[in-house]
Amino acid sequence: MGTLLAIRARGITKCFGDVVALDGIDLDVGQGQIHGLVGPNGAGKTTLLGLLLGLAVADSGHLEILGTPVGRPLAAPDGVSGFVDAPGLYPSLTARQNLAALAALRGRDAPRMGIDDVLDRVGLTDVADDRVRGFSLGMRQRLGLAAALLTKPRLLVLDEPSNGLDPGGKKYVHSVLAGLAMEGTGIVLSSHRMEDLEALCSDVTILATGRVAFSGPLSKLAAENRELDYRLLTSDPQAAVRLAADTAGVRVVDDAGAWPDVEVLVVRALVAAVDDLVVRLVHAGIAIRELTPVLSPLEAAFLALTEQEEPS
Amino acid sequence: MTATTVDDQAVRAHPVALARGYRFELIKLVSQWRIRLLVLTCGIVPAQFVAAVSRQSTLPEDTLFGRWMHATGWAGPLVVLGFAGTWALPLLTSVVAGDVFAAEDRLGTWPHLLVAVRSPRRIYAAKALASLTVILLLVAGLAVSSAAGGVLAVGNQPLVGLDGHLLTPADAAGKVLLAWVCVLAPTLALAAIGLLGSVALGRSPMGLLLPALVALALQLAQMLPLPVAVRLALPGYAFIAWNGLFSSPAQLGPLMIGVVVSLGWAVTGTALAYRLFLRRDFTNLAYDGSGRRAVRTGVPPLVGLVAVTVAVLAAATGASGSGIEQDKVQRSVATAFAHLYRMQTGQLNRPDVTEAQLKATATCTKGGGNVAPRGPGNDWRCVISWHLPDVEAAGTAIYQLDVAADGRFVADGDGPKEVNGYFLVRTPTGDAPNPLWRFDGTVALLSTTQKG
Repeated sequence: MGTLLAIRARGITKCFGDVVALDGIDLDVGQGQIHGLVGPNGAGKTTLLGLLLGLAVADSGHLEILGTPVGRPLAAPDGVSGFVDAPGLYPSLTARQNLAALAALRGRDAPRMGIDDVLDRVGLTDVADDRVRGFSLGMRQRLGLAAALLTKPRLLVLDEPSNGLDPGGKKYVHSVLAGLAMEGTGIVLSSHRMEDLEALCSDVTILATGRVAFSGPLSKLAAENRELDYRLLTSDPQAAVRLAADTAGVRVVDDAGAWPDVEVLVVRALVAAVDDLVVRLVHAGIAIRELTPVLSPLEAAFLALTEQEEPS
Repeated sequence: MTATTVDDQAVRAHPVALARGYRFELIKLVSQWRIRLLVLTCGIVPAQFVAAVSRQSTLPEDTLFGRWMHATGWAGPLVVLGFAGTWALPLLTSVVAGDVFAAEDRLGTWPHLLVAVRSPRRIYAAKALASLTVILLLVAGLAVSSAAGGVLAVGNQPLVGLDGHLLTPADAAGKVLLAWVCVLAPTLALAAIGLLGSVALGRSPMGLLLPALVALALQLAQMLPLPVAVRLALPGYAFIAWNGLFSSPAQLGPLMIGVVVSLGWAVTGTALAYRLFLRRDFTNLAYDGSGRRAVRTGVPPLVGLVAVTVAVLAAATGASGSGIEQDKVQRSVATAFAHLYRMQTGQLNRPDVTEAQLKATATCTKGGGNVAPRGPGNDWRCVISWHLPDVEAAGTAIYQLDVAADGRFVADGDGPKEVNGYFLVRTPTGDAPNPLWRFDGTVALLSTTQKG
């Protein structure tokens, strides 16, 4: 069975003078899918988002957006919306005026949501008539999302939409994005906040120096043959240390100094070895109070694939 | 996912219509507090300024038409026009056109705008038209406000022209309006420079200041003793060429040249800014202007335009030197004197005498006769002779002239006291300003020299 693709990119290359910003990028994003895009600074994320929004064209490769080949600048089809770098807002206008001006720009014929509706969806109804000049970063991010929603997008491209969001704002944004995905909108989300990507995305692409280091489901990242550090809190730390040391494939990490609590143990192992350790702890009658990865699989993969040093 | 399926609902998006883009840009401009403040200022302050100055005992006599602000309300808008050409219009164009593109750089809104409008060409056109609209609104505010202030405070009286002849209130109103319309041309030239600076220099304050700096440079150039072809080839000349409307016959040649040159600069500057804008890489979010490229792209064509204009004007008009020559000065001073003498005759309730009967002539020297009588300077001295009907002896009066490089002059009466030596004349109804004591005039830089 075929899947509707919001984005299909093959061998995308983009250079700025001598600098290769993107080098043979392949990317598939299905409709109704939230796809995370991560990478260190300078990895080419913003360039890729710019290509998806139609701000530039690739030097080589093939890009289809919503089934339409894109070969020249600003030629992305209707239904593509979003922002790169930061939402485009005018501080001298109110939130409502920003949206109204944008809606008027696109005309009455273009499909669009009501201004009050989108303001309500991002939780800005109460400040709709306030000038954007006085908005916090998080409020601007939410208003930028509202502006993107205005056109009923079928592909939403967002660059760091969670910047500056408080927990309440984050809840609104996550809820809106999840709702859009349910309605069939494909979403590409670039962020450095791994917890957001893990909470929202089904798939991720990790970019490093303009190339794809990984692309696929999040679950595949966790299953990759890669050791992770786990924080283990048990009812008998001394016995747990001994058991961990005796378990094949498990190493007790000495540098657990980040947790001064002596009862906390940090072990490094593959998922299968951790499973073994859990079984042995249970058999030994040791209660497991907490077992969590020190770094999320995505963050660990990000650091490993992009060859960044983990903080000590 | 194994297959790619084309979503047949997708349709290629079209650029936003220019009218919608224009409205969007206008909304953004008018929402800025500084633009609103400028609109209010241009609508209110000139009226208050003209009304206040007109009621002062001391008038701004250094400014053209300033000495007539007590006499007619139509002098006020011309005083404001002179000031506007020097300061206000360059600054207004700086604030509006000099910032219209840079504002998007400052706010980081280019990606948003491009995705929304989908056409850099239409964005450029919409921005240029919106800034033009605001500039026109500001100029109209200055003109209407200053005229209303003058007419309401002083009255709808005849205006004394630059050659001393009287313009009826209707003529004065028409010429004041025409003068303001004419300075739109150099204003548009500065606006085009503003667009060029705004596109080329991004967030840099230099982009904002460029029209004001160019205007200042052009004003300084107009103060230099340049050859007349070079003077007329500079766009700033149209800011003063409207003076020619207030002579009889009107000096339309220099005015038309000034307007055409300014419009040429407006078109060239706008086209250069357009070219630079379309070449910009909008994916580079750290773009902060390209000074070098701006210099490479913008300066040579404008310098070339000046060179071509100078060559065309020199060939077409045959003008050489400063354009200020002895016979032209003599004619201008004598003509103005004759007109103003009639006015003084009327004030003194003497029998009317025509300019033809007066047969006024002037003999002018420069530097006490030790230098060639041509070119600007404050060392001109003219002896004017005239005849009255049935009086055998000719009357004579002396003037010291300060002739500016652009052809404007101030004639300062140096006696006799009964004619031009004192600033008041005693009329049957009391003391009144003496029109012959000091007057402004203009030398036609392009007019042909009368021989003999």
